[in-house]
Amino acid sequence: MTRRGVDVALTLLTYVVALVMVAPIAWMALTAFKTEPQAFQIPPLLLWRPTLENFRYAFHVAEFGRFFANTAAIGIGSTLLACLLGIPAAYSLAFYPTRRTRDVLFFVLSTKMLPTVAVIVPLYVLFTRAGLLDTRTGMILLYAMMNLPLVIWMMHSFFLEIPPEIVEAAQVDGAALGAVFFRVTLPLAVPGLMATVLLSIVLAWNEFFVAVSMTYTHAATLAVFIASYKTSEGLFWAKMSAASLLTITPVLLAGWFSQRQLVRGLTMGAIK
Amino acid sequence: MTQVPFLLTLYYSFHSWNLMQPLLGIRFVGLANYAQIVLHDPIFRTVVVNTVVLTGSLLVLTILLGLVLALLLTRSFPGRAVVRTLLITPFLIMPTVSAVMWKNMLMNPVYGLLDYVLRSAGLPGPDWLATYPMPSVIAIVAWEWTPFMMLILLAGLQSIPLELLDAARADGAGPLGVFRFVTLPHLGVYFQIAILLGTIYLVQVFGEIFVATSGGPGIATTNLPYYIYLTGFQYWTIGSASAMGVITVVLTMFAAMGFFRILAGAITRVTP
Repeated sequence: MTRRGVDVALTLLTYVVALVMVAPIAWMALTAFKTEPQAFQIPPLLLWRPTLENFRYAFHVAEFGRFFANTAAIGIGSTLLACLLGIPAAYSLAFYPTRRTRDVLFFVLSTKMLPTVAVIVPLYVLFTRAGLLDTRTGMILLYAMMNLPLVIWMMHSFFLEIPPEIVEAAQVDGAALGAVFFRVTLPLAVPGLMATVLLSIVLAWNEFFVAVSMTYTHAATLAVFIASYKTSEGLFWAKMSAASLLTITPVLLAGWFSQRQLVRGLTMGAIK
Repeated sequence: MTQVPFLLTLYYSFHSWNLMQPLLGIRFVGLANYAQIVLHDPIFRTVVVNTVVLTGSLLVLTILLGLVLALLLTRSFPGRAVVRTLLITPFLIMPTVSAVMWKNMLMNPVYGLLDYVLRSAGLPGPDWLATYPMPSVIAIVAWEWTPFMMLILLAGLQSIPLELLDAARADGAGPLGVFRFVTLPHLGVYFQIAILLGTIYLVQVFGEIFVATSGGPGIATTNLPYYIYLTGFQYWTIGSASAMGVITVVLTMFAAMGFFRILAGAITRVTP
């Protein structure tokens, strides 16, 4: 084969591989618009009149809206809290480094590297006694704690990319700490902040182990709701697909939007 | 703040405490929980082997496939941004969603898409999760995590200076020679990051097992997090669950320490 031939073949192979990787998701998305009998047809039905019945069912019968509201409140609430605590910390670590800065950064990270299974039991006992079990407040606190290292490390690495001269210039001009932060530093870090916020929401949205251990009926998230399809509910493929599609759509949009920073966030800035 | 729960886990691990038998209270038992788990619990031994097999196979599989995808994606071709977006998508899907989707709609022996495709090609379409439980779980998780490894290795490939590749080609190296003597050595630290972070994240696989197999058949797919979940939140033996949590930390500590060493190098380069 010629050089150009090899090139075209590799490109076609890449397209095929990409399609195979997303095929399961595409299949699920299509099934969401079928009736239950259509979902089970063999060979698979490729042309049909799409129905919205499964989405109506999700909202009116399966109480999808309640789980969605929990997940959104917990995801957004915990991210706000983590940012409120993490951004000032990252700011001072980046612009006022001391001999201890590295120790502090690694101490923060050591909590992220600890498997969740190693802390879940005391948290459960603590939450039972504090009346936080199965509450949105409790879940917001937990996920904020889990995402705090991510926020500190990501924002720290974005702040480091801002030349210190800019901040010094603003200080020389007489700007107070607050003014420097809100008028100079934060605006420069907005793209990084967006990615941090989105990634934090994605991780909280998809989290399952803590959610299934700490919630029952009041604060259960979508991950827990979807897991209920593991039993007989899983026989209703069309309804299951519709609920799944609604569940993953916000995260897909957030993830696609922040994909440039995805790897930096997940490797704590080891890879930019 | 976030280290306190782990210290409590350590404390509980030296005590006998069953939440379902409150009259017995909390009794100090020294190392009895560890002795019981390590010496007298045959299930625990299988669970550790399962965890090692699962994590090890996933590391090898996702890094190899991730490397192939990264090599395909580092070329320039039309539609590259779209293909990249499609390829990272499985990683964004909520683990419980991918588990119900694979378990029901793809791996079902009668109506599953995967079995339909295989039978159409004249191949057998078995009941995957019943016949090959561990390989099936590995397949599901590998589908989700290959994009993560791809992103790490892609960042590595794109950080190779073009002059280096040109120089190697000018010296008469073929595509395989360039790969063997330039690309692979340059990817060294990226492979390390992939292995270390992969170990930390993949030891914690939980949602996929909870939904797709419930650790079964028998205990064929029970890993450490799932066994800890059962011990803590189904049998309510807090002491044993805590001891297993501590053992999990010890098993992953080396990976975490290795990753810290790499990160320390990375931040020394940027911080003055």
